[in-house]
Amino acid sequence: MTAAVQLPSAPEIWPEAVPYWQGAADGVLMLMRCLACEEHYVHPRPFCPHCGSNRTEWREAQGSGTIYTFTITERAPVFKVPAMVELAEGPIMMTAIVDCEPAEVKIGQPVMVSFCPTDGGAPLPVFRPA
Amino acid sequence: MYPGDAHIVGIYEHPVRKAEGISLAQLHADVARGALEDAGLSVSDVDGYFCGADAPGIGALTMAQYMGLRLRYTDSTETGGSSYIGHVHHAALAIAAGKCNVALITCADNQVASRKFIGLGGVDWRGAPEQPFEDGYLMGPPALYGMVAQRHMYEFGTTSEQLAWVKVAASHHAQHNPNALLRNVVTVDEVLASPYVAAPLRRLDCCVMSDGGGAIVLARPEIASSLARPKVRLRGAGEAVKHNAGGKVDLSYSAGRQSGTAAFAEAGITPADIRYVSLYDSFTITVIMQLEDLGFCAKGEGGRFVADGNLISGSGRLPFNTDGGGLCNNHPGNRGGITKVLEAVRQLRGEAHPAVQVADCSLALAHGTGGSLAGYHGSATAILERV
Ligand SMILES: [Zn+2]
Repeated sequence: MTAAVQLPSAPEIWPEAVPYWQGAADGVLMLMRCLACEEHYVHPRPFCPHCGSNRTEWREAQGSGTIYTFTITERAPVFKVPAMVELAEGPIMMTAIVDCEPAEVKIGQPVMVSFCPTDGGAPLPVFRPA
Repeated sequence: MYPGDAHIVGIYEHPVRKAEGISLAQLHADVARGALEDAGLSVSDVDGYFCGADAPGIGALTMAQYMGLRLRYTDSTETGGSSYIGHVHHAALAIAAGKCNVALITCADNQVASRKFIGLGGVDWRGAPEQPFEDGYLMGPPALYGMVAQRHMYEFGTTSEQLAWVKVAASHHAQHNPNALLRNVVTVDEVLASPYVAAPLRRLDCCVMSDGGGAIVLARPEIASSLARPKVRLRGAGEAVKHNAGGKVDLSYSAGRQSGTAAFAEAGITPADIRYVSLYDSFTITVIMQLEDLGFCAKGEGGRFVADGNLISGSGRLPFNTDGGGLCNNHPGNRGGITKVLEAVRQLRGEAHPAVQVADCSLALAHGTGGSLAGYHGSATAILERV
């Protein structure tokens, strides 16, 4: 089984991203959505990278998605399976797959969000097989 | 303005691979001197200077004082390892516009000797807004490129054997380069036997890490004609940036698709006209992606294109990186763009090693991908012509 071997370092929290990390602490994946073009986007910023509108809102993501791509880094001190996950809402985000056998991870595999504690900071959203 | 109004008149590659006892500023000055001597020019002729973030201090200002340059044009464009190919483009534009007569480009790094291992030489990632959302998941660049390779395999059926052929070809060339870090010829089986770093990428799918650097001198055509060196002109160039587009990620292509299209349009030629290519080879997958994006083969066909030694000079259909490239020769500051231009110029001059020299090499292409194929990157393409 694959889990974090050592704790990842705490993420730096930019003012514009506070709700994302607060959500992670509460066990919820937060996403930003544009009220003008209605697209979700990553990473958090107070304007839409698709259309430029500053009419945006925070939304709770469903927390489900599929693996877009991944790699296996056996010697990495923290995550053995860095990955990109395509969220149900559309955006593809950088993350890691946990609670899995690396050799069994596949592109297209359904996954659910989970949260990995960090060294003294907000937890990092990670994903495990659904 | 037309970039063809500028010629590359001087080049130099530092032979050092671990720069013990040499300061970063001195490395830049060493490569500058080498390229100016190659051109038959001196520091006093330089009135334009181009550098990336690998130059110390404030870059152009710091190096102008250190080298004694008297400048009327500077450009510190930073697009990672592709910076210097962009600098060639910018220098040609500046010369064509009359903003400078002799342009000097330098790249250097000494982080292997200084054991800093800060990644992309000179770049401080603090403050980059994506870092908290990406960095904690990854152990360095191989993980990013491993994800690109994994997706390429999924979408197009690319195989580890095909990736390995890129390294095999580079090693065939590096055996003739006395300065190359890895001079032993390797086989596909040997690449496949090397341990995974970021699966599906293995150790031998990755470039070397080295110190060193290089420099390029461009000049107005009248100045170039007064010098004793073979003339190489920039016939077309293009640049482009690609990023994660708010999460609309598509790892199947790079910004090279745009920069290559622009360069070929400006040059008025097609990929079939190119006799030699210098392709950024941070990893074997990088080469395969770029071949597709530049139009040397259809998207998804890169793996089949490179198989069976098709990148080996003398026997393959498209000789590449005949100095051994980043995969075998050097990769100063993790910035491979400058050496891509240097070997393309050697080929056009007929000054490559005889064992790898392409016969009648009249048109060459140098292309770089700076940053990360899986994240944001800047692509720069330069089409160079012997005149
Ligand atoms: Zn929008």
